Amino acid sequence: MNKLVWVVVAIIGGFAVGGLALHRGETINSVWIIVAAACVYAIGYRLYSAWIAARVLMLDSTRATPAVRLNNGRDYVPTNRWVVFGHHFAAIAGPGPLIGPTLAAQFGYLPGTLWILVGSVLGGCVQDMTILFLSTRRNGRSLGQMARDELGPVGGYAAILGTLVIMIILIAVLGLVVVNAMKHSPWGTSTVFATIPIALLIGLYMRNIRPGRVLEASVLGVALLLAAVVGGGAVDSHEGLRVVFDLDSITLAWFVIGYGFIAAVLPVWLLLAPRDYLSTFLKLGTVLLLAISVILLRPDIHMPALTRFVDGTGPIFSGTLFPFVFITIACGAISGFHALVASGTTPKLLIDEADIRVIGYGSMMLESGVAIMAMIAATLLEPGVFFAINSSPGLVGATADAAVTTISSWGFPVTADQMHALATEMGETTLFARTGGAPSLAVGMASIFSSVFGQSMMAIWYHFAIMFEAVFILTTLDAGTRVGRFMLQDALSHLWPKMGQTSWYPSVLISSGLIVAGWGYFLYIGVIDPNGGINILWPLFGISNQLLAGIALSIATGILVKSGRHRYWWVTGLPLVWITAVTTSAAWVKVVSEDPRNGFLAAANQLAAQLAAGTLPPAQAAVAPQLIFNQRLDAFLVVILTAILWIVIFDTVRVCKRVLRGLPVPPNSEAPAEIIVVKA
Amino acid sequence: MRDRLRTVWKFIRELATDDAYDTYLARHRATHPEAPALGRREFYLSEQHRKWSGIQRCC
Repeated sequence: MNKLVWVVVAIIGGFAVGGLALHRGETINSVWIIVAAACVYAIGYRLYSAWIAARVLMLDSTRATPAVRLNNGRDYVPTNRWVVFGHHFAAIAGPGPLIGPTLAAQFGYLPGTLWILVGSVLGGCVQDMTILFLSTRRNGRSLGQMARDELGPVGGYAAILGTLVIMIILIAVLGLVVVNAMKHSPWGTSTVFATIPIALLIGLYMRNIRPGRVLEASVLGVALLLAAVVGGGAVDSHEGLRVVFDLDSITLAWFVIGYGFIAAVLPVWLLLAPRDYLSTFLKLGTVLLLAISVILLRPDIHMPALTRFVDGTGPIFSGTLFPFVFITIACGAISGFHALVASGTTPKLLIDEADIRVIGYGSMMLESGVAIMAMIAATLLEPGVFFAINSSPGLVGATADAAVTTISSWGFPVTADQMHALATEMGETTLFARTGGAPSLAVGMASIFSSVFGQSMMAIWYHFAIMFEAVFILTTLDAGTRVGRFMLQDALSHLWPKMGQTSWYPSVLISSGLIVAGWGYFLYIGVIDPNGGINILWPLFGISNQLLAGIALSIATGILVKSGRHRYWWVTGLPLVWITAVTTSAAWVKVVSEDPRNGFLAAANQLAAQLAAGTLPPAQAAVAPQLIFNQRLDAFLVVILTAILWIVIFDTVRVCKRVLRGLPVPPNSEAPAEIIVVKA
Repeated sequence: MRDRLRTVWKFIRELATDDAYDTYLARHRATHPEAPALGRREFYLSEQHRKWSGIQRCC
């Protein structure tokens, strides 16, 4: 009987996926995507994760977890399963799964959707669950420590270096997304700026007025944030204030850089912690609201299944379907960053080892579901509108008329009047060239929410969505800069031990400054690049995030083989092979492609030739040397990152071979088992 | 019904880490009754410091 139910689920799921893939027509209802996703997740969770838990990892409820054995009432605390689930989900779910699918929608709804589903149940969820398990068995050790203990120093250093680079690129690209959402938008800018004093106020409340009362402070803070969204509308319609907040992208980039530095050196309780509480509540609330609205509304998808841009000529980012759809989706399918979260706080909270399945596999499944919703929100827009929002002026033309002519000529009709009407409805002067994914997602979310809750509030929903994205992008920016600072302080302490004192102010200022300068550089170049910057930065971020996943999967595979589970090496080994193929071929294209839209070196050479021939307009000639240097630097970075992944893989293969030949390898670093006495 | 509401409230407090100090205090009194415990504010500040010294947020 039970089996029969799963056969029915499989048939419905197969039917929905088949329907999605074969459907050809003007529109398709998003219920197909929702049903396909629900069935894939149900089967993945019920069958695959159960099998991994029982056979591969052999989760053992009688074995005491670190939280139980080392309970200190602080970081090691046995915690309710669903509370841990909430914390873990809040930690892994950032802006990535919202932005990646929005950008990948340029290929059509199908490729991205399929990869979000397949990549998560076979790759991302498995990675998160396995790393969480390995770390739990090692008292909550970090990924880098596990690599050092189990494989040797090479893997450990590679993991740390990879993390630092990805952090810098990640923050730069997220900063660019916020800048593009705020540029020449007095409403958006004033709302996002208002989040800073609100966070400070909440920080003071939780420290001085009612220490540690997170719940009441957050309710107050979220109410203030909502008031800031409405207040932004008042700023927008006020003649004098409007001008103050009408800023261009370079000014905004400097604001973000300055903000990042200040946030990194202020005490955490003042800005970072309260902002994080607010963003977590907003995130959980909005994701829930979006899920309910999408299910109630079941909007029609207007984007075709596949667009002509699978050939690599896409306006949002260049590159062919393989490998770039896999690079672009990033966090919604598999994210190397999760391996860092899964080997930190979460393992120290588990009461029961068996919870690893729902927390590791289940949280990632939910994140993948968020990515599916982002895909729906992006593809329900008319494709012409979607491309008008997301294409950079360097590609489609700087004026509204030029842009709509170019985009319509691709077969995605759109008119300047239509874009103007949409912008007015959203309370903006223009929506052209708002690249980075956040604005088009906000338009999609606003149209979903206003269809469910009433059309009159469109502009407020739009700016709510912008504020929602900006708040947790800025949280990631603060937190990432801080983590980068700690890693840098640790590295510098080998040169000068005093630098390692994490609270010594000169060290704090120097190392924070260096990290902010690192991402600030990429952000600045992204802003001055006439092709929009996203085209360079997002693939760079995607490659580095997937490489980190490769490193994590490699370490996991090595430990599986070492711990007598070599029969099941493929559970993490096959996703590793796939991720390696994807990232290596993407890196190859980015470095050696002769197409200047695709290859960093080709672009640098083309620009250098144009500069030498004097054919560039003066404004572009002024920034050309910086752009040329940046493209060469990007090529170098990609080579280094790919080399790191291959070094880790070779090191893992070396250790695995020794295991299979019976030669000595570093010992298993698992903590000894303590069996819980089960009371009858 | 009352019990169920109480369970939900307890869950929400736990999720928001509102009960962290109570948990700490209970644990502290059980294991080191002789040593002075941190005050609510000191505990909150040191927890924030500990929490944000590692990787807490992802992309």
